[in-house]
This record gives sequence, C-alpha cells and structure tokens, in this order.
Amino acid sequence: MHAFITGAFDTEVGELPGSSCMGLHAQAAIGAVADAGLELSDIDGVLCAYSFTEPHLMLASVFCEYMGIHPGYSAAIQAGGASACIMIMQAAALVASGQCEHVLVVTGDNRLTGMSRDGAVAALAEVGHPQFERPFGISVPASYALVARHYMHETGVTSEQLAAIAVEHRRHAGRHPKAHKREPITVDQVLASKTIATPLHMLDCCLISDGGAALVVSSRAAARDCRGAPIEILGAGQGHTHEHIVAAPSLADFGCKASSKAAFERAGVGCADIDVAEIYDSFTITLAVELESIGFFERGEAGAAAERGDLGLGGRLPCNTHGGLLSYGHSGAAGGMFHAVEAVHQLRGRAGARQVDGARLAFVHGDGGILSAHCSLVLGAH
Amino acid sequence: MNRPLPRPTAETKPFWEGCANGVLRFQSCALCGTVQRIPRSLCSGCHGDALAWHESSGYGRVLSHTTVHRAPTPAFRDEVPYVIALIDMDEGFRLMANVAGGPAAGIGIGSRVEIGFREVDGTMLPHAQVCP
Repeated sequence: MHAFITGAFDTEVGELPGSSCMGLHAQAAIGAVADAGLELSDIDGVLCAYSFTEPHLMLASVFCEYMGIHPGYSAAIQAGGASACIMIMQAAALVASGQCEHVLVVTGDNRLTGMSRDGAVAALAEVGHPQFERPFGISVPASYALVARHYMHETGVTSEQLAAIAVEHRRHAGRHPKAHKREPITVDQVLASKTIATPLHMLDCCLISDGGAALVVSSRAAARDCRGAPIEILGAGQGHTHEHIVAAPSLADFGCKASSKAAFERAGVGCADIDVAEIYDSFTITLAVELESIGFFERGEAGAAAERGDLGLGGRLPCNTHGGLLSYGHSGAAGGMFHAVEAVHQLRGRAGARQVDGARLAFVHGDGGILSAHCSLVLGAH
Repeated sequence: MNRPLPRPTAETKPFWEGCANGVLRFQSCALCGTVQRIPRSLCSGCHGDALAWHESSGYGRVLSHTTVHRAPTPAFRDEVPYVIALIDMDEGFRLMANVAGGPAAGIGIGSRVEIGFREVDGTMLPHAQVCP
C-alpha cells in the first residue's frame, strides 16, 4: 500500500496517578517520533481519536495546540475500538496519495485515574440505543453477553473454554514488563470471579487502564529518512454491519469477515501465512467470534484452541502476545493501538521474552461498538 | 440519577404512543416489504419513503438473553439481577426488553414470549413475559 510504520511507542500502562489524557498523548507522540529518528517538525499529518477524561469535539486540534505543532493535515477519528486500526489505514492512505510524508497517529487516555471505574462503565453504556436499548439497562458487557449466550448455544462452547482465553492472555502479559495485570490466573479463578452479565465474568472482561500509544506512518520515499526498520502496511480493510446490537444482522458473523478478507486480498496472503496476531479482545467472546469469523479457526473451535494452547507463545497462532485488553491494558482508543504497537515490536524482533520466533507477517484487528465497526491490517517486516 | 427513558423523535413517536396505549407497533415498507428493526424515515432495504405502521400480535421468540449483575449506572442498581432479552417478533422485527420475573422466569433461547408493558417513571416500556 506504499505506506510504512517507521516509529512506535507505548507509554507505561495501568494505574498512573498524575497522568492526563493530553500528557499521555504527548508522551506517546514524542516517543514514536523519536523512535522513527524524526523531529516533531517532520510530522505533517496528525490523527487522533477520542477521550473520555478530556472529551472535545476537535481532539486532534486540542492535541496540536497542546504540542505547539501546526501540521498540514489534522483530524480526529471515532470508531470505538476500531479507531486505532482505522487511523492507521487512513494514515496509510494519506502517505500513499502524497498528501503527507509522515503522519503521527496518537491515542491515550487516563481512564482509570481520571474517572471512576463506575464512570467509565456508565460512559460506555451510552453507546446503547437511547430509545431501544438503554431504557432496559443495557451495558457494553451485557451486549457482548447477548452475543456470548447465543454463540454458546449455537456452538456448544463452554464458559471454561472462554475462560481459557483469559488465562492465556494473562500468561502473555506475564512476559511483558509493562502489562497492567501480570499475576497468573486459572480457569477456576475466571469462573469464580464476579458475574457481570451472564455468561460473562469479571475476568472475561477487559481492564480499565491509563496509558497511551502512538505510531508514525511514512510514505515509501520518506521512510528512507527514518532510523529504524520500517514495517510495511501490506493490506487494510474495513467491515461495517450495524451499530446497535438490536440491529445486528447476525449474532455469529460480523464485519471482521469482510475487513479481514479485504486486508488479506490486498496483502496477497491468508490466515495460514500469519506468524503473529494482535486481535481486539474487549471480552473473551469478542476474540472467540473474531478468530472464527476471520477464518483462523472453524466455528466453535476458538475456545478449544485456547485450551490446547494454540494462542500461546509457540502455539499455532500466537495471539495478543502483550496480553491484550484483557491483561495488558485498555485505555480507550489506545487499547487498540497497543495491539498495533505490539505487532511492530514483534516484526522488529524487539518483543523480548514474548518474541515470536521469526515473525515476518502480523495480523492486527480492531472492532468498535458491539462488534459493529471492524478494521483489519496485515503488516510485514521489510 | 434517573433511568434513561426514551425521548421519542418524529420517527419513533408512533411506537412510543402505541406503548402508552398498550399497543406494540412496528414499521414495514409498503414498496419492498422490509420490516424495520428500529423505526426510521426511509426503508433500510430499498430507501423508499413508503413506511407504514402496523400492530404486532405481541408474540416472539428469544434470540438471546443475559442476566445483568453489574448495573451500568446507579439508576439500575436496585434492579439487579435483571434479565435483558433480544426477541425476534413473529412479524420479523427485533426488540430488546426486560423479562418479567427476572432470572426466576427461567427464560431460554427459543422461549416463546409475549410483549406486555411496564410503567417506569411515567413511561410505558415493552416488557417480555414468558408464555406458559
């Protein structure tokens, strides 16, 4: 796609007292630009997402003002958990079309210390339809629980199998020095954790964390001026089927089918070619349906695959090697960006104890809403 | 903090007026027959502007359900555990509703339910009852 990731950075993640949304943006931005071997003045495009703690109609303008930078292109993109991948896809289009040379994509939020956990849960519940969902007490976990109950009924997948996904994520996070939650958990602990909305337990659900992450996306020509090994954006695609769960055309197949198909076709590769996958895991059920809908596993097989260790380091498809939203951290739009940054670490061979041997091709996926908006990327070591 | 209640728009007013009068209504397209999931001004199938309102029999089948233990806002704290169901109505539209009797009602996927109405803070909301 004539676009390359030339810089990547993730801030500390977890409970970061004294952090702020814009402060985390700044830290991530400076880190990513320095990683690329560039100066902030080299950045001629800026893409931001959204914030819960410092919400603004024009977050990218707020960020540029905060940094004292005046890029030739600046915009904010809001698509929930799909934001990070969509921002990268958009940045790729900007550099490939010649409109920009170096686009900074930057996300961050202090969701944990900047608002109460209750506040974050309440704010997220507002994605429910104001007339046809919210009056009935819907929440994001309850919406995913509706998907999970249906999926378990159709496929026979058990709560134990979904729990195995959470357990593997914690194992991954244990290898990442920055991860928010690193202490190992067991299937029994997942099942014994508080019920949020049946069949989902607390440990089936993602974390709420402070943190930030950013990438620099550069054109083919401009990438030559950068310091590190560029990572090529080989393919990208999106899929959109609904916003509200009451309007979802299916509770089993979602837009990830179309988004991954487009990304794979563009890259000229398929599921079997992927060395490492970083896929949105807001809930254990999210990852299960996405892994199957995308085609990495047959319908109803993702849970059993997790039990077998297929998603672990050394497994058939090492997945969410940083620990994902379930264990590494979830800081709003930065949550999805952590997946992309981890893919870059893996493809550069810089993932330390969690390095997938010889990782050359990575699949990154984000979904927003209730499996509503999807964006897939195929990234390659160059 | 109050419970979020529907604020009808021009497009949804007939639905909520129906609820207030104990009648469940849905929209379908007079041109292509598409039944609309959520009321709107033009057909989601053919984009024609010939949507018509009809009365539902009130019967449907549970597509999925969950028992909520963690309330999204303080307004729902006194209600937990409560059941939310997605219901495929016989006429082809889909509804989200709470289930009378909560977890004890023993709802399952495929259960037959009848939609009645429940008053919440002066507004009548659709409310599912498991059929005997």
